[in-house]
Amino acid sequence: MLDKLTERILATIAQAQRIPKEQVTLNSSFAELGIDSMDGVNILFALENEFDITIPDSEAKQIQGVREMVDGVIRLIGRKEEGAMPV
Amino acid sequence: MNRRVAVTGVGVICGIGQNLDLFRDNLMAGNSGIRPISSLDLGDIRFRNGAEVESYNPLQYFGPRETDFMDRFAQFAVIAAREAIQQAAIEWNEERRENTAIVTGSCVGGQSSEDAAFQDIYNLKRNRVHPLTIPRIMANAGASHISMEFGITGPAYTVSTACSSATHAIGQAFQMVRSGAAELAIAGGSEAPFSFGILKAWEAMRVVSQDTCRPFSKDRSGMILGEGAAMLVLEPLESAMARGATILGEVVGFGMSSDASHITQPSSEGAARAMRNAIRDAALNPEQVGYINAHGTGTLANDIAETKAIKLVFGKYSERLPVSSTKSVHGHALGAAGALEAAATILALRDGMLPPTANFREADPECALDLIIGEARPAKAEFALSNSFAFGGLNAVLAFRSR
Repeated sequence: MLDKLTERILATIAQAQRIPKEQVTLNSSFAELGIDSMDGVNILFALENEFDITIPDSEAKQIQGVREMVDGVIRLIGRKEEGAMPV
Repeated sequence: MNRRVAVTGVGVICGIGQNLDLFRDNLMAGNSGIRPISSLDLGDIRFRNGAEVESYNPLQYFGPRETDFMDRFAQFAVIAAREAIQQAAIEWNEERRENTAIVTGSCVGGQSSEDAAFQDIYNLKRNRVHPLTIPRIMANAGASHISMEFGITGPAYTVSTACSSATHAIGQAFQMVRSGAAELAIAGGSEAPFSFGILKAWEAMRVVSQDTCRPFSKDRSGMILGEGAAMLVLEPLESAMARGATILGEVVGFGMSSDASHITQPSSEGAARAMRNAIRDAALNPEQVGYINAHGTGTLANDIAETKAIKLVFGKYSERLPVSSTKSVHGHALGAAGALEAAATILALRDGMLPPTANFREADPECALDLIIGEARPAKAEFALSNSFAFGGLNAVLAFRSR
């Protein structure tokens, strides 16, 4: 079972790529899903909007598959929440 | 090599019809597509009317993923190209694809995508815009999407000369087919200028009518913006006949000029030079021209300057030379205008029926021409001109022949 956050990330990827949600799994590579470089930036944009995060270019360039993307997004959301904590 | 150039396909989408047959019926009946603009909230803009493609639903033509990548103006280009290519019954093979050219015209490119992106950053204070903004706004997107849809790998490019864009584009394609640089060409123009930002800019110029478009009428009060696309299929007459294609007409001449005078005020001399060049290129005597589809924007300045230009070129014969402006029904579609009007001119010659100027109410002594008013006029013209005179003083005129 996937947690809710992961499910939401996968759904955002599927919606941006306009493919059925079931096709997008943690083990999918971008190549398998037909995601080219332009599609990739489109997905990054959708994720940034959905989770109110900023994905740096340096990190974005490394990502080749869904699992890395999900890990990266969770990490960025974590950093955002830490930053928002009262000191 | 100077080959004769046939038109074997025409596709149209605009305010008076989403295909060639509907376009023809409304054009000839003088049914105007000018209505209150409905695709966006006009706010305080002083004019309310335009010629939009009615009830346009992109998903009737494209999948949702395709529409992500295409601005409305590029969608129109592909829709018109599909109809033209289908009508021409082109059978594609690798050699055909390599020898086919695409030349499109567009004045403002992906205007609504640009407007939405700028709204996001300036108005909504977002810190990012949609990543497909650049490929959606580029003015060559129409040509690119046509090439991808049909796998056409020959020369493809876009011409941007404001209101003359499509006429220049068709003229360039004509020259390529005539000279042997291409064996087939898809040429025309597309435009979708209804965005809030661009409408405010037109409002500021004070050339858009708050009423409707009444070309050459004494009470004309300006132009009305339109949108849409038209594409032609051009090929050598000889090979078109050899493959048994239906020939809708011929392109026989192309003339260009620039005014070198004022950025918006038209010059009669410049317009006259472009008409003369087209007539000379077609090796005609002026008296052989039996119809002019005028630029006829319905602005005070254009219609007077164009009348003078016609008189300069045709002299006394201008009293018997039928003229109409079909912008009165399909509006002024900027970079698509010349293509819509080329389609109208080809239909006029093919059907022996000259389309009327709609909305005309009162003769203007400064526009004293043989105007076709109110209803279509049956006339067997062999040759016709289609005029386009752009802001910036860039003029283009095509000469067509009936079949």
